[in-house]
Amino acid sequence: MRSRGLRALAVTAAALLVTAVAACGGDDPEATGASGTAGVDDGAQLTLWTRAATESVSKAYAEAYNAKHKNKVTVTSYPNEEYPAKLASAAGAKALPDLFGADVVFAAQYASQGLWTDLTERLAASGLKDKVSPGHLNAGTWEGKNYAVPHTVDMSVMLYNKDLYTKAGLDPEKGPTSLKEFAEHARKIDKLGGDVNGTYFGGNCGGCVEFTFWPSVWGAGGDVLDAKGENAKVDSKEMSDVFALYRALYDEGVAAPASKDEAGPTWLGALQSGKIGIAPGPSVWLGLIEEKGVKMGVAPISGPDGGDSTFIGGDAIGVGATSTKAAQAWDFLLWTMSEEAQVEVIAKGKGVPIRTDLASNKYSSADPRIVLINSLVAKGKTPYAKNFNASFNDPQSPWLQTVRGALFGDAAKSLTDGNNAITKSLQQG
Amino acid sequence: MSTLTPPRSGKARPLPAPEAPRPPRRFRRSAARSRAALGALYATPTAVMVGLFFLVPLVLVGWMSLHKWPLLGAPTMNMPDNYTRIADNELVESAVWFTVKYTVLMTVLLFAVAFGLALLVQQRRRGVGFLRTAFLLPMAVGFASASLLFLGLLSDEIGPISDLLRKLGVIDGYVSWTSGSSESALGSAMVLVLWRFAGFNMLILLTGLQAIPLEVYEAARIDGASRWQTFRRVTIPLMRPTIALVLTMMITGSLLAFDQFWILTRGGPDNSTTSLVMVIYREAFIRLDLGSAAAISVALLAVLVVFNVIQLGVLRRRS
Repeated sequence: MRSRGLRALAVTAAALLVTAVAACGGDDPEATGASGTAGVDDGAQLTLWTRAATESVSKAYAEAYNAKHKNKVTVTSYPNEEYPAKLASAAGAKALPDLFGADVVFAAQYASQGLWTDLTERLAASGLKDKVSPGHLNAGTWEGKNYAVPHTVDMSVMLYNKDLYTKAGLDPEKGPTSLKEFAEHARKIDKLGGDVNGTYFGGNCGGCVEFTFWPSVWGAGGDVLDAKGENAKVDSKEMSDVFALYRALYDEGVAAPASKDEAGPTWLGALQSGKIGIAPGPSVWLGLIEEKGVKMGVAPISGPDGGDSTFIGGDAIGVGATSTKAAQAWDFLLWTMSEEAQVEVIAKGKGVPIRTDLASNKYSSADPRIVLINSLVAKGKTPYAKNFNASFNDPQSPWLQTVRGALFGDAAKSLTDGNNAITKSLQQG
Repeated sequence: MSTLTPPRSGKARPLPAPEAPRPPRRFRRSAARSRAALGALYATPTAVMVGLFFLVPLVLVGWMSLHKWPLLGAPTMNMPDNYTRIADNELVESAVWFTVKYTVLMTVLLFAVAFGLALLVQQRRRGVGFLRTAFLLPMAVGFASASLLFLGLLSDEIGPISDLLRKLGVIDGYVSWTSGSSESALGSAMVLVLWRFAGFNMLILLTGLQAIPLEVYEAARIDGASRWQTFRRVTIPLMRPTIALVLTMMITGSLLAFDQFWILTRGGPDNSTTSLVMVIYREAFIRLDLGSAAAISVALLAVLVVFNVIQLGVLRRRS
């Protein structure tokens, strides 16, 4: 009797224990998806940091997401130049935001530094891995793991002023099909005289030059970097030809004199003035220039003798490594990659969808220029290198010195010396 | 009080003044101890501030300079790699030479202008108050704001300076003041610093000038000294501590130059105006190599300590 009573007590105790464990299981992060692959929408307040250049897109995403979800995303933007320092300081203080975007070319560096949470399993389970911009995805990959997903796409294209084309006797509906033709068009427009200049470029801005010149190198069949981003190839014939063409335009006075000093801040303003005939620039500027009453045409950036390409830029985004709301942050990222967000937020706002399967959509077909821009995604490239910022974009980078030499100094020596210096910088630990 | 007590006997004999009651030794010791404790209590807030905001970061920077220090994760000791790598960094080499060149030029020019302004407004005359205020006014503008202001003023796209000079026939065609050539970029930054800091240094020098007693000048005049002799033999020697102070401030400020080049020239053209602090910034926030940035900072700190020791030596010799 006694032993039976003890056994009953033990069974009851065991049952209670099992129930208690099961009850605790309800808070298990795995069960709620906190460390699982699904997103969680439980009313969390999420912080998102972005650079000023892509702030409007991030805010549009957040606004649309907040309207239909319990989670609320607050977007904070910082000036482009100060953004990397802001992120580095936040990482040092272990106070990164729940989500942060980065210029896609810097993504590899942030991934290698472990600033983003590993999203490999979540991305694999989402079924979106093969549908989003591969260049962006590659940029946010480090040692085989995915740390970031595409957020915004911005591509380089030739933007030309239709009124100046007409005045110069050129067909405003027909942009150049090669870089040599671009130079001819620029020369013809420059002959209009007065304040008008044939073209414009950022000759004191490493980022501007790589964004607008490299597609011509790719279009000609050349390359600028190896696949691992550890060796430069800027001393190639293709690169030399592209620099020579722009240099001639500057020497002849076809390119506006301020091109030599353009460090980036007044680049858009120069095109908005309506006094530049044709210039390569970001596709997102199309709307910004037309807002100023300048009618613009769009053409692909070509190699000297043809062959189109583009630099697929924009932002990649990931979950901050110090965030405690990874599942909720992933819910937001999953939604931004959804068809709803890509069509109703991005395409509707005349942006380029990050989904390759949504390049054609109900909004893009309304404007043939957008169709052209979207079609370039398949032809373009996003360079990959861990030390991209230090090697190419930073004002003290060896690339900017190379650019200055190739455009305004001893071109051959600059490209040879620059190639060694950039390779050394790319390989730096 | 006790000396006024009338004598008990008829013979007037001054009584020895009784000693004031002395507290027992133990009490004296505890009073002294409590006074010391009170003093320490008064000093505590400052000590905590100095420790927290000066000593701890200093030690941390030194410690960082001995490590490979990632943004997230555990640091690993790599002593003395961060220091030996400084020698391989070509940008450091060019930045050192540029910073030294800028420091020498800036110190000489800023001192000459500030001293000149101080001598100009030394005597009380009509309009001197206005001049003193006008010279000091640029100090009211933040340095980063002043740099942006100059960037706008000197821009050929949006600023009036180039247009004005073209109308006056001084320049012809397009001129880039901030990135056209290394000389013009350096010149632009120097004009900015002169505009922003000459008044402040003038104020310090003026204080030193006015601390010299007028009698000394009168004596020199009676002795028949010329103005130049008075300046050389009276003003300069008596101004030595003040001069040492402003020179140290100028040298330290120039060696730590950052804002003017970061905003105005971005270190260009072709890295010709990249200062040492810009290299530290690049190492920390562009290359994300905090250990390397810390090592260069420590090396720069050592140079600054040398300059400050020299200044203290000069000041102590005078006092």
